[in-house]
Amino acid sequence: MAVIDATGRPPAAAGAVPRPVRSRDPQDHVVPTGREEAWRFTPLRRLRGLPSGPEADGRVTVTVQAPDGVAVERLDAVDARIGRVLTPADRVAAFATARAGGATAVTIPAEAALTEPVVVRLHGEGPANAAGAASAAGVAYGHLVIEAGPFASGTVVLDHTGSATYAGNVEVYVGHGASLTVISVQDWDPGTVHLGAHAFSVGRDATLRSFIVTLGGDLVRLNPTVDYRGPGGDAELYGVFFTDAGQHQEHRLLVTHEARSCRSRVTYKGALRGESAHAVWIGDVVIGADAVDTDTYELNRNLVLTDGARADSVPNLEILTGEVVGAGHASATGRFDDEALFYLQSRGIPPAEARRLVVHGFFAEVIDRIDVPELHDRIMVSVSARLGESELPDGADPTETSDLAGPAEPAAAGAPT
Amino acid sequence: MTTAVSTLEIRNLHVSVETEEGPREILRGVDLTVRKGETHAIMGPNGSGKSTLSYAIAGHPKYIVTDGSITLDGEDLLAMSVDARARAGVFLAMQYPVEIPGVSVSNFLRSSATAVRGEAPKLRTWVKEVKTAMADLEIDPAFAERGVNEGFSGGEKKRHEVLQMALLKPKIAVLDETDSGLDVDALRIVSGGVEAVRARGETGILLITHYTRILRYIKPEFVHVMTAGRIVDEGGPELAAVLEDGGYDRYVKGGAAAAVTPAGAGAVS
Repeated sequence: MAVIDATGRPPAAAGAVPRPVRSRDPQDHVVPTGREEAWRFTPLRRLRGLPSGPEADGRVTVTVQAPDGVAVERLDAVDARIGRVLTPADRVAAFATARAGGATAVTIPAEAALTEPVVVRLHGEGPANAAGAASAAGVAYGHLVIEAGPFASGTVVLDHTGSATYAGNVEVYVGHGASLTVISVQDWDPGTVHLGAHAFSVGRDATLRSFIVTLGGDLVRLNPTVDYRGPGGDAELYGVFFTDAGQHQEHRLLVTHEARSCRSRVTYKGALRGESAHAVWIGDVVIGADAVDTDTYELNRNLVLTDGARADSVPNLEILTGEVVGAGHASATGRFDDEALFYLQSRGIPPAEARRLVVHGFFAEVIDRIDVPELHDRIMVSVSARLGESELPDGADPTETSDLAGPAEPAAAGAPT
Repeated sequence: MTTAVSTLEIRNLHVSVETEEGPREILRGVDLTVRKGETHAIMGPNGSGKSTLSYAIAGHPKYIVTDGSITLDGEDLLAMSVDARARAGVFLAMQYPVEIPGVSVSNFLRSSATAVRGEAPKLRTWVKEVKTAMADLEIDPAFAERGVNEGFSGGEKKRHEVLQMALLKPKIAVLDETDSGLDVDALRIVSGGVEAVRARGETGILLITHYTRILRYIKPEFVHVMTAGRIVDEGGPELAAVLEDGGYDRYVKGGAAAAVTPAGAGAVS
């Protein structure tokens, strides 16, 4: 795609990445005014007062579907597992934990190897299609605690649907040598406001794969953070977002390398379409003085499909040791590559389908890594629907499969229109 | 207008491109007829307008036709969109094929075949067809799952272009410097692929090239020499032999034609 480098800045040294106050007490955090670095891109008036921590008057129902052996518990507010990974960095996150009054905990026991994903459904019970403030869904708070025991492996899906005004925290503790995939899908109805702090702690020689898929809602603002408790940790953070007219989708990541010999990869890809579609991606990476042998790379690509949409993309890299394997970032926001569209059209493919192919291809790099088939397909179909494609295109019989054209490629060719 | 079946007719074609200094005319009255089953070579020095001609036939929006006509079987190609031209039977093998990340070759080939043929090919026969065509061009089957042109070597890109031509069975195929950047082995394979399409006798081929090297593998019936946006000489295969010995000097030296030294010649040549 046509590339416009949004940064052009070299990696910075100390002070490049802001250090927020961390506290569970909401009163320790400033009331955002919009001038703070952390809030400057967020339309505060659309937060429905969440920074002031209103009493809950709505509901987000949590149901957990878990394979045998996985423990699902309700933790009370004083349980030591709450706050073990996450110490809130802003008022909304602090209120989320304080007002949630406990947490839902999912624990994969040590050495368990799950063959089926754990699915946590978070459904906002507000009125469907609540677009205006008057009919807005009531406020709800939530807190999830996910733990993979030592040498366990498995996948946890967080599936956000329905309508809500929701401040929800997630903390994830990956045990030593464990391998955990966490997929958080924000497939909210229009009119939903969702703010969330997602904190990951990666153990020694553990592997984390995180997917954040943000499709719906009026305003979604997520703060994934990663810390490592020992050497050998490996975190791959993937994100996909499709920001439609009027939507604000903000993903603010912070990866902190304090342990040595850890690896992080951040890959976020977004498409924006329509008037006042606004996507924000902040990628902060800190490599501490003791974090020698670190290997990190972060990338954000945004595909702007129409006029009137805006993408802000800000990578920050703070490096306090010179002994790293690699540390880099890339950020690019661009339009369709006209030459790519010409190439496809010169093969008979109509313009609308050519654009669909390009967008599918753009996202496939990330979405194809999601190895929960029904979720993979649902996300692809959802992206297609947003491109004005209501069903799997002709290709066409989804029961036919082969090694050359399979249903895993839903863009495989509608008949020319 | 008289038209035989599957004939590309180019008459008095004038084409300009937009530059910062305003429109600049590249083609200055090109006449050319290519019939089904014929192979024509268009040869000329850099900047003569060869690639402009190929893009104008395919309908690239950057190239503006200011006068003249292009028809295929009597149908006005200039009135058609890029994709409609392809469905009408025009194929352009590009000099610099574009990378399309994340769109697999198999998905792309099936999409284009579906569009050009007007219906999705039956999967079972299609798989066989693609595998055979790939084997003919000595393309590794794993290639099908790679992104279109993504990380392809120069030779892989050109083989992929010829693969598409073999599958789409165009009425008219324009090969824009398909020989450039190929080593001898790749040139042999690519030429073999072009010969196979030619042998079917259903496709008229317009081979655009700077060098005579590929003409040792693909023997055109007609050779046209283009300089400064016009066809300045025409003949049979013997003309290629003359060019091999003497180059283009006798066409461009001392003539008004030599005045064309386009800035950014790479974009238009």
